[in-house]
This record gives sequence, C-alpha cells and structure tokens, in this order.
Amino acid sequence: MALFNLKINGKSQEVDVDPSTPLLWVLRDHLQMVGTKYGCGIAQCGACTIHLNGTATRSCMLTVAMVGNSEVTTIEGLSENGDHPVQKAWLEVDVPQCGYCQAGQIMTAAALLEQNPNPTDEEIEMAMNGNICRCGTYVRIKKAVKMAAENNS
Amino acid sequence: MTLIKTQIGRRAFIKNTSLAGGGLVLGFSFFNACKPKVAEAVAMELEMPEEWYEMNGYLKIGDNGVVTIMSPNPEIGQNVRTSMPMIVADELEIDWKNVVVEQAPLNTNLYSWQVAGGSRSISSSWQNLRMAGATARHMLKEAAAQAWQVPASEITAIAGVLTHEASGNSAGYGEMASAAAQIEVPEEVELKENSEFSIIGTSRKNVDGKKIVTGKPLFGIDVQREGMLIAALVHPPAFGKRLKSFDAEEAKQMPGIRDVFSLKLYDDDFDKMAFHFTAFNEVVVVVGESTWQVFQAKKALNIEWEDAPDTTQNLTMFGNAMEVKHPAGMENSGGHTEQLRELIARNAKVSRRDGNPEQAFKDADKIIERSYSCPFLAHNTMEPMNFFANVTEDHAELLGPTQTPEWMEPAVAERLGLPLEKVDIQMTRQGGGFGRRLYGHFMVEVAAISQRMKAPVKLMYTREDDMSQGIYRPSYYATYRAALDADNNLIGFHVKAGGIPESPLFANRFPAGAIDNYLAEDFTVDTNITTGAFRAPRSNFIAGAEQSFLDELAEVMGKDPIDFRLELLKRAEENPVGSPESNDYDASRYAGVLELVREKANWGQADTGVSRGVSAYFCHQSYVAQVLDIVMENDTPVVQKVTAAIDCGIVINPDAATNLSEGGAVDGIGHAMYSGLTFKDGSPEQTNFDRYRLIRHSEAPKAIETHFVKSDIDPTGMGEPPFPPIMGALANALYKATGRRYYHQPFITDRPPLIG
Repeated sequence: MALFNLKINGKSQEVDVDPSTPLLWVLRDHLQMVGTKYGCGIAQCGACTIHLNGTATRSCMLTVAMVGNSEVTTIEGLSENGDHPVQKAWLEVDVPQCGYCQAGQIMTAAALLEQNPNPTDEEIEMAMNGNICRCGTYVRIKKAVKMAAENNS
Repeated sequence: MTLIKTQIGRRAFIKNTSLAGGGLVLGFSFFNACKPKVAEAVAMELEMPEEWYEMNGYLKIGDNGVVTIMSPNPEIGQNVRTSMPMIVADELEIDWKNVVVEQAPLNTNLYSWQVAGGSRSISSSWQNLRMAGATARHMLKEAAAQAWQVPASEITAIAGVLTHEASGNSAGYGEMASAAAQIEVPEEVELKENSEFSIIGTSRKNVDGKKIVTGKPLFGIDVQREGMLIAALVHPPAFGKRLKSFDAEEAKQMPGIRDVFSLKLYDDDFDKMAFHFTAFNEVVVVVGESTWQVFQAKKALNIEWEDAPDTTQNLTMFGNAMEVKHPAGMENSGGHTEQLRELIARNAKVSRRDGNPEQAFKDADKIIERSYSCPFLAHNTMEPMNFFANVTEDHAELLGPTQTPEWMEPAVAERLGLPLEKVDIQMTRQGGGFGRRLYGHFMVEVAAISQRMKAPVKLMYTREDDMSQGIYRPSYYATYRAALDADNNLIGFHVKAGGIPESPLFANRFPAGAIDNYLAEDFTVDTNITTGAFRAPRSNFIAGAEQSFLDELAEVMGKDPIDFRLELLKRAEENPVGSPESNDYDASRYAGVLELVREKANWGQADTGVSRGVSAYFCHQSYVAQVLDIVMENDTPVVQKVTAAIDCGIVINPDAATNLSEGGAVDGIGHAMYSGLTFKDGSPEQTNFDRYRLIRHSEAPKAIETHFVKSDIDPTGMGEPPFPPIMGALANALYKATGRRYYHQPFITDRPPLIG
C-alpha cells in the first residue's frame, strides 16, 4: 500500500492503495465515483474512458502509480451541471439504450471535439472505434457528436 | 367505450390503506435511501410534494400534483422504464413532465410478468398498466364529484386537472389526491379509446437520460454499501471439468483478502427451474475488501481440476419437465461441425409434413440445396454479471441486474434456507441483458456468499469470467432444399435443422402454409457447454438462413425477391396449406411490412454502385422487413443504409422503438459478420474483446431508417424482432455486392466455421 495524491475533477484526492491498482478501481471502489465503468479490464472496450491531461485514456490499465500529477477528469467532472455540449447532444438525440457504455463514449467524444472541433464522419468513426456499444447505438452516437460539434461552433 | 375489470386473474389491486407507510409506498432509492425526495427532485427538476397518496401499486400522487409511477419490469436497455410508465400516465391523464419514475421491487402480489424476456414486457402488462392509470383517474373524478356535489360523469380530467364546467369548479390532481386515495377501488373502469391517447404514440426521452450522461450510480455494479465486501469466483477452465481441490494459502495472505472457500451452488436434489441453469455448480470463491485485490488474489490460487462425468440437469420450464444431458469430455469446435454434418445427412424428427414432399422432390426438374451454420455466441453484456446481497439470519436483501427476479427468488430462498417472504429482490438498471441475465445463478451465488460471510457482499465477474462460463447462444445448422418443376414453379420445400444442443426450427412459421408439399425436420446434439436464450432465441439464426435461401430461390426462379415472398404470402393468406391455426403468422401483416419497406426504400431504384438485400421475418408476434444497402469501398463492403418496416401493433414511444430497431440492425449485422465463440478442449478460445469481435463504430450502417405500420392492434414484441431478419438482408446484399453467397457465420471468415 502507498499514499497517492490525485488531482481528480479539479480536486485533490488522497488514496492509500497498492501501486498496481488501476485508476478505474481507485475511482470506483475507493472514491465512490462509479460513473467510470468496468467493461473488459484490457483497454479494449472503452467503458472506463477518462481524460488524462485532456486526452481520452482507458483507466482500467492505467495504474494509480502512473497517474502522478496529471489532471484526471471523469464523467462526474466533465461539466458542473451535466451541460457539456456533448452531454446535451446525447440527451437531445436520446442516445442510450442500456446506457452502460455511454459515459465512456461521451468522454471519448468530448476529448475528440476538444482536439478536433469539426471532425468528419470518418474522423468520428476512427476516434470512437475503441468504444464498444453492445446495444448498437452507433448511429445515434455519431449524430450526437456531430450535433455537439455544430452547437459548439 | 372500453370497460375493463380492475381485477385481472388473481392479481388484485391492494387498497392503499393496506400498504400505507410500507416500503413500496415510499419507494426505494438505493443510492440515496436517506433522502430520496431531494435526489429525485434534482434529477427530474421537479418540486417534490410534502405528502404522497398511493392510489394503487403502480402510482402515487403528491399533494402538489406530481405523480410517481412505478415501473415494474427489469430495464435492460429496452426502455421499459420510460415506456411502461407512459402507458399509466396516459390513462391517468397527467402531464408527462409531472411524472417521476421509480423502479418497482419484485412484488408478485402487485405485478405480473416482472421479466425482461420474450419481448413481452409491454404486451403482458398493457392492460394492467392502463387499468392502473384509469382506476386512479376514476377515483380522482369521484373525489372531485363528492367535493363539489356534482355527478362524476360531468367531470373532465385533462393533463392533471379536474374540471366541472357547469359549476365552474376546477382542481389539480394534487388537491384531490388525499380524498381520492380514500375512494373505493371501482369494480370496473373505462379505458381511453386509442384515438384519445395523448402520451402513448408520442416520443418521450429516456427518464434516466440525465443520470446516464452524468455518470450517476444506476447499475448493479455501482452498488456501494457500508461494510460491503467484494467477491469473485474461479470456475473450471473448461466445460467438462470440475473442482478437485485447491490451495488458497498464498491468496489468503494477500492484502485485503478475507476468505477463500469452495461453494456448491445447488444440492443435487434441488428442483431446478429452467432459469436456475448454471454452467458450473461448484466454484472457488475469493472474498476481500476491494475489487482489484480480489481479482489479483484469484490469480494466486492453486486449483486442481478433474474430468467431470456424464451429468444431467433436471429442470422444469413452466411446469414441463426438461432433461439437459451433459456428456463427459472436452469438446472442440471442429468436432461440433463434424457432429452437425453427420446428423444433417441422417433422418431427423419430422416436425411438420404437408402434402407429399418426397414425391415432389422425385418429380422435380431441379433441386436447390443449401446449408447454413452459425457458431456459439457469448452475450457479452457490457456490464459483466454482478449482484449485491445482504443476508442476515432471518432476511435476505438482493439488489442488482436480473431479467427474472420472480423466477430466481425461490432458488435464493431454498439455498439460504429462508422462507420466500424473507427474500427481497430489487432491480437496478442493467447494462444489457440479451438473455444472459435470465439465468440468475449469480444471485444464488452472492446470497450464499453473503450468508457465509455474515456481511453485505457484491459479487463481481471479470470479463473473462463472464465470457468463459456463459449460458451461450447454441451453435445451429440448417439445410434447405427446394424442388422446382420444368417451368421453375416451386413444388416442394424441405428444411432440416439442428443444433448443439437445441434445434432452431420453427416448423409452423413462414413459408409453412404457403407451399403444398412441405417437410420440416429437426435434430439436437447433447453438449456439456451450457446454452440458453440469446436475443430472439432460434430466430436469431433460422431467420437469416431461411431468408437467404428464399433470396437464392427467387433468383433461380427469375423473380424479384420481394414479389416472390409476396406471392407465397398471398397463397398463405388466401388458401393456406394446413388448418388456419397451424400457421402461426398473419400473412397479411407479414406482407404489409414487405410492401412498406418496398415503398420506403424505393426498392428497384437503387443508385449505381449500391447493392441491396431484403429480408422479412415474424417473431415475438411482430413483423419486420429490412432492406440493407452495401457499397464496396476498397474491396470492403460498407453498409450504407438500412431501411426497416415494422409492425409491432401500437407503438408506445416511437423514437425509443426506433432506437431498438437501429440497435437490432447493428446487433444482427455485427454478430452475423464478425462474432463467434469457438472451443478447444472444452475451453472458449475467446475470453475478452481482444479476440472476441464485436461490431464497432466504423462497421455500423451509416444510416438506419425505421418506419412503423400504423396500427390499432395491442402492442406486440419490439426488443427482439428487429434482430433476426437483418442477417438475411446482409447476406443477400453481400451476394449482390460480391457475387458470392454467404452461408456460414461469421461472414467475415466465410468458411464453414468451427473447424479447429
């Protein structure tokens, strides 16, 4: 066990965990921030996506020891009132079916638009390919990403 | 006017007084048990009332007119948590923006069919939900009539406001709620005419939408509780193996680990219901303080496994006895293929025989024969199996994702040695179901673990656990034969289908009833790999096979594939083969979706470079036809568009139903194209998403358009029906695009699959 001081959603959070613990489980088990989801544990499904210094990152293979001083943003901290343009577009398009993967989808989409405010369809597909939606809401996800891009421009 | 008895069968409404102050009335918000009103108010942006008045088990009205509607069924992504309350709200005649939805707990006295299965949530509760809303509306009118001393029949109820025009009286529901709750429940109530619906048939957004996009705790895996321990299981590494012994010394020394023990789930003489089915009855359990610690400790166990003998699971399915035989041995996918091919060549069990099919094939000028197959599939819900239990000496609380709380409750009670009424089951929102959570062995597992640990426990499956000890979609095989005369008339039809371990055949579905000489046979192969329902069981293979064969047949006969199907359906409608009851589809509704999709997709007028395939299927009492367009880009087929026509009766929430249609198409294309679970020496060769292929963004159709048949027929299934037919449309479009027919799923490999 070791003490780690993490910067999460603009706040300092101290945890005492094994250094090999993935950030995903630190968030979920130790900080009770369960919006970031477990899906595969091997960075293949994207359900656990967070932002590490603004970059979409899979938290299931990122050990707490590797986080260091990086700024972590989770779905809980993406916006204060759930009104990030991507979240608003997700609600407007009514994207979710089961909803389990959507936090990860939103985090990937938000990071994409930060770097590329007007992505083409192909760029959206490439950026989102790491996020599986088992219910098959891909068509709506793409629509919502485009809507968020338009509303933000 | 439609009058309906307020008591249906043995399920009677319970007067509000008998439940006053009970857990149900207050509702249950597991994440905010101390302050549910505040939490709900924030989420719904609604002011909460000071006082709630329960009208019946489905709804309560606040003194400020806000209404809480209970959603009785498990929410697995089919959106019943929105659409079921919509039905209550419409009959209640309340403004939807004043509705708060709560998940109802399992309560067999109040609700029926609290199951997410068979696409039956809406259809099985349609009358009850309407009755609940209409009864409360009636009671509110009666209360107003008494208060104003006017006849109830002169009072109107519109959008939560009661009005008596002649006397000028008017009151909101909230003002009358207290008095209405004291009104006697009427013997029968008047339901709205379909034309009077104001919420049903209008698109309403997912009631959990805001919570989903902001990452609020909603799912079973999100459950946290003071003093809660985490448990995980280690199961045999192969089907055909069982636990021999284990050494947990090292694991027990690891930080945070509380205990390691073996767990036998069911006693040998336990009277199992079909949904108590489980892959491995004895597993090793690791319990600890956090998920990561427990997952790490699993790897430190030294376990010896041994070969299991022949076993049998005796089950009952709604009163019918079933015997599932698991032969000893480690199975291989290559061996499965050999078994299926060998059996398809032999005589099988005749399920239906019309006319003289043998003679027709003898007389044939031409015989077309094609075979189709599909592999085992894992359900792969994005949220892996998990459940929470807190078992004390005389009570068990269970909370989590299950499609069958009612059917699992007896198994939990039996395993714990508690009476049924001491077991309480609550449902969370569920990260997918697809049939996997019909089999709730994990509920029994976590209950037994909690009982032993004397602590609240959340059981967590890793993705690998989830994928490698599934209740899989069976592997199926089908051979179709058609007899044509010299003029290319279809004079005989023969389907022989089988599977490991169940047959996919529906002998009385289309084209049965449309062909004079018809033979349907099937067979099964025993396996020790556990299988069960997967979205649209059996249909999820046979639809694609049949619809691909009909496409090929139409081509040989020189007919347009839609015209050919419509000709067969016309025959089935006007002069069906067999008795009218023997064909379990409605030929006119079937033709209706084909005609609608033909019109909406501009069939026959595709752009250059676009290859199209069509398919149509009936299941879960609904009809779906789909046209799928492919364009080739760099020798790769790209699904440009899917056009769907659906007849599922009255559509409750059109945009949400459209979402299911889109998801069904993506799901079907994905599984037919890419997915498969293969076995080597009894072990699944894919245990995570690195080797198990699921469809991803860039592989989804670029556009999906859905059209519903306007209908006044009571609602039928919607969750499953859009899934099976698309596989046929895909295969048929691929043929047009590539010149090759695709017979064996997954198409991306397009070889007879399962050969190791």
